[in-house]
Amino acid sequence: MTQFLLIAIVVMIFVVIFQIAKASEYVSVLKGEEKARKQTNKINAFMLISFLIVGLIGVWWCNDLFFGRTLFPQGAASEMGQKIDLMLYITIGVTGVVFVITQILLFWFAFKYQEKDDRKAYYFPHNTKLELLWTTVPAIFLTVLVVFGLKYWFKITSDAPKDAVVVEVTGHQFGWEFRYPGADGILGKKDYKLTKGANGLGVNFDDEASHDDIHVSTTMHIPVNRPVKFVINAQDVIHDVGLTAFRIKMDAVPGIPTTLWFTPLYTTEEMKVRTGNPNYVYEISCDQMCGKGHFSMRGVIIVESEADYKKWLATQEPEYFTIFPDKKPKTDTPAVADSSAKPAPLAAMVDKK
Amino acid sequence: MSTTAVLHGEDIHAAHDAAHEHHHHETFISKYVFSQDHKMIAKQFLITGMIWAIIGGLFSVLFRLQLGYPESTFPWLEDLLGHWAKGGKLQPEFYYALVTMHGTILVFFVLTAGLSGTFANFLIPLQIGARDMASPMLNMLSYWFFFTASIIMFASLFVQTGPASGGWTIYPPLSALGDASSGSKIGMDLWLASMAMFIVSSLLGGLNYISTILNLRTKGMSMTRMPLTIWAILFTAILGVLSFPVLLSGAILLLFDRNLGTSFFLSDIVVNGKILPNEGGSAILFQHLFWFLGHPEVYIIILPAMGISSEVMSVNSRKPIFGYMAMVGSMFAIAILAFLVWAHHMFVTGLNPFLGAFFVLLTLLIAVPSAIKVFNWLTTLWRGNIRFTVGMLFSIGFVSMFISGGLTGIFLGNSSLDIHLHDTYFIIAHFHIVMGVAGFFGMFAGVYHWFPKMYGRFLNSTLGYIHFWVTLIGAYLIFWPMHYEGLAGMPRRYYDFSGWESFKMFAELNQFISFVSILVFAAQLLFVFNFFYSIFKGRRVTSENPWGSNTLEWTTPVNAGHGNWPGEIPEVYRGAYDYGKDGRDFIPQTEPVGENESHH
Repeated sequence: MTQFLLIAIVVMIFVVIFQIAKASEYVSVLKGEEKARKQTNKINAFMLISFLIVGLIGVWWCNDLFFGRTLFPQGAASEMGQKIDLMLYITIGVTGVVFVITQILLFWFAFKYQEKDDRKAYYFPHNTKLELLWTTVPAIFLTVLVVFGLKYWFKITSDAPKDAVVVEVTGHQFGWEFRYPGADGILGKKDYKLTKGANGLGVNFDDEASHDDIHVSTTMHIPVNRPVKFVINAQDVIHDVGLTAFRIKMDAVPGIPTTLWFTPLYTTEEMKVRTGNPNYVYEISCDQMCGKGHFSMRGVIIVESEADYKKWLATQEPEYFTIFPDKKPKTDTPAVADSSAKPAPLAAMVDKK
Repeated sequence: MSTTAVLHGEDIHAAHDAAHEHHHHETFISKYVFSQDHKMIAKQFLITGMIWAIIGGLFSVLFRLQLGYPESTFPWLEDLLGHWAKGGKLQPEFYYALVTMHGTILVFFVLTAGLSGTFANFLIPLQIGARDMASPMLNMLSYWFFFTASIIMFASLFVQTGPASGGWTIYPPLSALGDASSGSKIGMDLWLASMAMFIVSSLLGGLNYISTILNLRTKGMSMTRMPLTIWAILFTAILGVLSFPVLLSGAILLLFDRNLGTSFFLSDIVVNGKILPNEGGSAILFQHLFWFLGHPEVYIIILPAMGISSEVMSVNSRKPIFGYMAMVGSMFAIAILAFLVWAHHMFVTGLNPFLGAFFVLLTLLIAVPSAIKVFNWLTTLWRGNIRFTVGMLFSIGFVSMFISGGLTGIFLGNSSLDIHLHDTYFIIAHFHIVMGVAGFFGMFAGVYHWFPKMYGRFLNSTLGYIHFWVTLIGAYLIFWPMHYEGLAGMPRRYYDFSGWESFKMFAELNQFISFVSILVFAAQLLFVFNFFYSIFKGRRVTSENPWGSNTLEWTTPVNAGHGNWPGEIPEVYRGAYDYGKDGRDFIPQTEPVGENESHH
C-alpha cells in the first residue's frame, strides 16, 4: 500500500513540475518572450555564480568531513607508502590550484559577461601569445609531476632487498593462501596439475625444498621494520592483492607470477593506537573483479615484532607433515627457530614450477 | 584545393536533386523504419540511445540501493526480479550483472552509439552542406546493426544464468570460464555476439562519416572552415575505425577460448576443483587488446562532446571560439595520443616498470592539449554577451566537469599514485565525471541546441533548466565525495563493505550517494518526458535560424525534407565563427566576404 502511495506522490510531483513548466511557457508568451528570456537569463547567471560559491564552500566542507576518515592524516604504514603520500600531496597541491582558478574563471566569466542590452561581444578569435602561454605552463608543471612520479615508481618496482621476508600469496575464488619457505628459505616447486584434495596449492612434494614450507590461509604474519616480498599467484581468475594501508597493490594472474615488496612501519597493535580504532587490522582486499564473492575475499595481515613473528613461525607445522602425517619425525623438536632469520636465496623468489 | 572532390560532390547533388523530385513517395516504413535519410537515422540512434540510457540508469539505481542500504530488504524487488532478489535483497551474482551491464550499456550503447551516432549522422551533411551521407545505405545498415546488437544484449538480460557479470572490461579468465561465474555462461557469449554486431555498426558508421566529411563538402567549405563539431566527429570516426577492430579480434579470440578449447588467454588454471588443460596463454594479452580500443573509446566519447560544447558556447557567447586552429590541433594531438596510452590501465598487472614509465609520460602529455582546450573555452566566454539557453548551461557544465575529472586523471596517470588508487572509488569518480557526466552534458547540450532543427519545435526550457540544475548539482554530490572513498582504498565492484574494517566508515556516505542518485535519475526522466512531449506539443520554431547561428544547418527550412535544401546547396565563403565581427552580431557562412571587412 505504502508503495502505491509513494508512486502516487512521485507521479504527482512530476505532474506539478510539468504544469509549472507549461504555465511558464504561456506566461512568457503573455509577458513578451524576449522580456521573459532576459529575466531567465539573469536568474541563471545568478545561479551559476551561487553554484560556484556554494560549491567551493562545499568542497572545503566535504574535505573537512571525510579526509579524516580516509586514514591519510595517520600516514601510510609502509616506508614506500609515505613517499606515495608525499607524491599525492604534491599532486593535490598542483591540481588543486588549477581546479580553483579554472572553476572560478569559468563561472565568474559566465556571470560577468551575461547578456546585457548595452554589451557588445568582443571579437577575439585568437592570440598566439596566450595560447603559447597555456601550452607551456601546464607542460612545465606536468614535467615536474612526471619526474617525481617516475622516481618513486622505479623505487616501488625495484628488486626487493636480499634480506626480505618472502611470502608466496595465492588468490583463489574467494580467499587467500600464504606459503612461507620454511627453514631452508626455498619455496618448494609447484605444478598446478597436482592441485588435488589437501594439496590445495599443487605443491610438488617430490621436491625436498617443499618439506619445510608452511601453508596458512587468510591470516598472514609478518615482522615489522623488515622488507617483505610477496610472490603472487592466482589459481582460477585474476585477483589483486590490495594493501591500502601500505599504499600498494598488485594483480594476481593465473600463469604469470608477479611480485611486490614493502616495509611495514607499525605493528597491528601500534596501528590500533594510531587510528584510535581498537578493532583495527591490516586487510588484504581483492581489488580485481573475480566473481560473485569478490567483495568478501578478505585477508588479514598481522604485523608484529620480529620476536613475536619468529615465535608464531615456530608454532606452524610444515604442510608436508599435515598432508603426510606418517612422514613426521618421531622426536618433535622445533627446528625452525634458529634458521628463520636466514635470508631467503633469490632463487626461491622466482622459482615457481 | 580539393576542387575535384567538390565538383564530384556537386554531380552527386545534381543527380540527387533530380531524384528528389520524382520518387519520394514515402511510406511509413521507408520514412520512419528503414529510412536512408541521415536526419531520421540520427533520431533513431538518439531514441534508441535514450531507451538504453534509461535501462542503464535504472540498473545503477538498483545497485546503488544495495550499496546504500546493504542491511535493508526491499520486498518489491523480489516481485520485480524473482530469484535475483531473493528475500528482497539483490543477490551478489545479479549485483555484478547489473554493474557489468550498466557499464557496457552506458559506455557503448549510449555514449558511443547514442552520442556519435546521433550527432555525426545529424550534423555532418547539414553542417558541411551535403544532401546526405556518402552512402545512405551503409548508414541505414549501421543503425540496424546497432539495433541487432541491442536486441541481443537485451535478450541476454533474460537468460537463466544471467547476463555477463565480469565487469564491462570482461577480463578473462573470469569471462572465459563458465565455471568461474554464472554470468560467464551463455550470457557472456551473447555479450560477445552483441559487441561484434555493435563493432560492425560502429565501423560502417565511421567509414561513412570519414568519407562524407572528406568528399562531400559544399563549395567553399574547406577543411579549416568546418565547424568544430565536424572536426571532432572526424577524429572520433578515425579513432573508432582504427581501434574497434582490435576489440573485435580480442572478442573473437575470447569466443574461441570459451567454446573451441584454445588457450589464447588461459594458462595454469584450477577452477572449481577442475584442472584445465590450457597452458601457455596470457590473460594479460586480452587486456592489451581490450584497452587498445578501451582507451581511444573514452576519447570517442569525449571528442564529440567537446565539439558540441565548443559550437554551442561560441553561438551563445556571441563570440568566435577562441583559437580555432589550436582547438583543431589539440583534438588532433589527443587523437594521436589516444593510441599511445592504453597500458596506463595496466600499471598493476605486473607490467614491465620500464614500459610503464613511457605510458606515464605519454598519459600525462594528454593534459597539455586538454589544458589548451579548457583555457580556450574560458577565453571564449571572456567578454562575451552570454545567453544561458539550456544547451549553453550544459556546455558550461561540460567544461566544469571536464576540468574536475581531467585533473584527477593526472593522479591516476602517474603510476606511483595509481598503484594505490587503481580500482578504487577514486577511478569511479574520475571516469564518471570526465567521461560519463561530461559526455552526457555534451550530449544534452547537443539535444537542447539542435532539437529545433530535428523536430521543428523547442524543448520546454523551464523543464530544461530544472533538468540542468538538478543534474549538475546532483552529479557533483554523487561523485565528488567518492574521491575520499578512493583515497581510503575502497575497492570498486564490491557488493557489501560492512565486513571490512578498512572501508566500513563510509556507510552513511554511501547511503547519501544512493539517495542523490535516485533523485538525479528522476530528473533524467523529466528530460525524457520533455523530449517526447515536445516532439508533438512543443513550442513551434518560427524562424529558420532561432539561435542566430552561422552554420549551414540553419539555412535549411524548419522542417527540412530528405535532401536538406529544397534548391541549390548554398556556397560557403567563410569560417563558422564570425560572431561579433566588425560590430555585427553574426555573419552566416553563406555570406560573401565584404570589401571593407577586416581580417583577423
